[in-house]
Amino acid sequence: MKTLRHSFFSLTLLLVTACDAQDHGPKISTANTIDYSYEIVADGIDIPWGLSLRSANDFLVTEKAGTLYHVLNGEKTVIKGLPPVYVRGQGGLLDVAHSPNYEEDGLIFFTTSSPLGEEKGGHTALYSAQLKNDSLVNTSLLYKGDYNTKKGQHWGSRIAFDAKGHIYFSIGDRGNRELNPQDISRDGGKIYRLNLDGSIPDDNPFNTTANSRKAIYSFGHRNPQGMITHPDTGQIWVHEHGPRGGDEINIVKAGKNYGWPLITYGINYSGTPITDSTEKGGMEQPLYYWLPSIAPSGMAFSTSDVYPNWKNNLFVGSLRFEYLERLVLEDNEVIKREKVLDSIGRIRNVEQGPDGYLYIGVEGKGILKIIPKS
Amino acid sequence: MKLITLFLISTFTGLSLFFYQQKPLKQSLIDGKEIYTDFCMQCHMTNGEGVPGAFPPLANSDYLEDVDKTIHALKFGLKGPITVNGKPYDSVMVSQGLDDEEIADVMNYILRNWGNSTDEIITEERISTIQK
Repeated sequence: MKTLRHSFFSLTLLLVTACDAQDHGPKISTANTIDYSYEIVADGIDIPWGLSLRSANDFLVTEKAGTLYHVLNGEKTVIKGLPPVYVRGQGGLLDVAHSPNYEEDGLIFFTTSSPLGEEKGGHTALYSAQLKNDSLVNTSLLYKGDYNTKKGQHWGSRIAFDAKGHIYFSIGDRGNRELNPQDISRDGGKIYRLNLDGSIPDDNPFNTTANSRKAIYSFGHRNPQGMITHPDTGQIWVHEHGPRGGDEINIVKAGKNYGWPLITYGINYSGTPITDSTEKGGMEQPLYYWLPSIAPSGMAFSTSDVYPNWKNNLFVGSLRFEYLERLVLEDNEVIKREKVLDSIGRIRNVEQGPDGYLYIGVEGKGILKIIPKS
Repeated sequence: MKLITLFLISTFTGLSLFFYQQKPLKQSLIDGKEIYTDFCMQCHMTNGEGVPGAFPPLANSDYLEDVDKTIHALKFGLKGPITVNGKPYDSVMVSQGLDDEEIADVMNYILRNWGNSTDEIITEERISTIQK
């Protein structure tokens, strides 16, 4: 038995070594000259999860532990009246976004881990609300995933908008990859699409499918924590955490299956395989995948002229390697990867502000503004 | 008189056992492993080896010698510089929202794996005495 166990161990070790050895994509590089620095525009926030900027002097930040901050001219104010936040594992208060029509409707949207519902545990919820006298008013629950579970993993969640009046948000597989991601009658492992008032768009892909969650836009996702509307095409881009290896960037298309956990470029944390397939008919291939995993969180395109040479590049925070990753794309192919702000800390979020500057949320530091050296 | 005393003692003991049932260690270790997999493994890794420079090891970890300090970190989170096995770490671990029973279970599991060992059984009651 001992010998058997020993050879099993060696075999596992061999597999692990073999799988981890196949790095994929352009090797990450460091710029020869560092022509940028940063300044801290909000501090004292342990895990700055979500960030939405109206301007450099007026933005909202969520802290995972369950606090929503309004930062106005450098002053940080706690917003009162949040609905219940279920702080559990990777869950807590998640993303926040100003409405694309904020001047008219004054709405903010946010996602949170929520204990609402019959069963013990929690699931991801999407709310809209307005801000009045440092409180949330007219708070409206637009969507609540079920069934609740006490699992701590994979809540998603990011928010994005298209130009046609839709809001998109993600929910991760909630630690149940066997049941959730491939089943459109269950929540979790999905990208969702709603109208801004929470109603279901008539042309949602599963709107007329029996026994389905009508808000689902795409499925087969693991844990998407980055989502951005492409500045030119208007398509929704997401990235998601893979298991060990196999973090992905995907362009989200109506009704498509992104394959988790039937296809993946990753393996279990323990080193054992999840599946022997990386592709299958009827399932989408990622635009890019990271091997090894960088643990991506937050996503933004730089579209301004603020930074020399960064225009139209994609920026993704790495929780694991504690840098901001700059990805240069050519015809939707990643041709170059570069570390920006190496060793800065665990990056939760990256946003481009209306002023064209990039802002990042860093654990233990707060919100940082990246400034080019002139 | 002796009989009454004996009766009272056995009733009291019986009732205490009824109201305060300590989970057997075997079950605590099973539950603790599940908690570890769900809440801890992503950062502290499969065999508690951690990630150099980012997440301190739990395997053969000198930090765990102070059990109360470790429980405090699990209950209320931990941030700022610490030293584990002679190496410096400066990250944030927020509270994972575990209840006292879950913390006891995962403590029992961690303290008996990857080169750590103890005779001590961490109870839910012990966790409840650790205050902020």
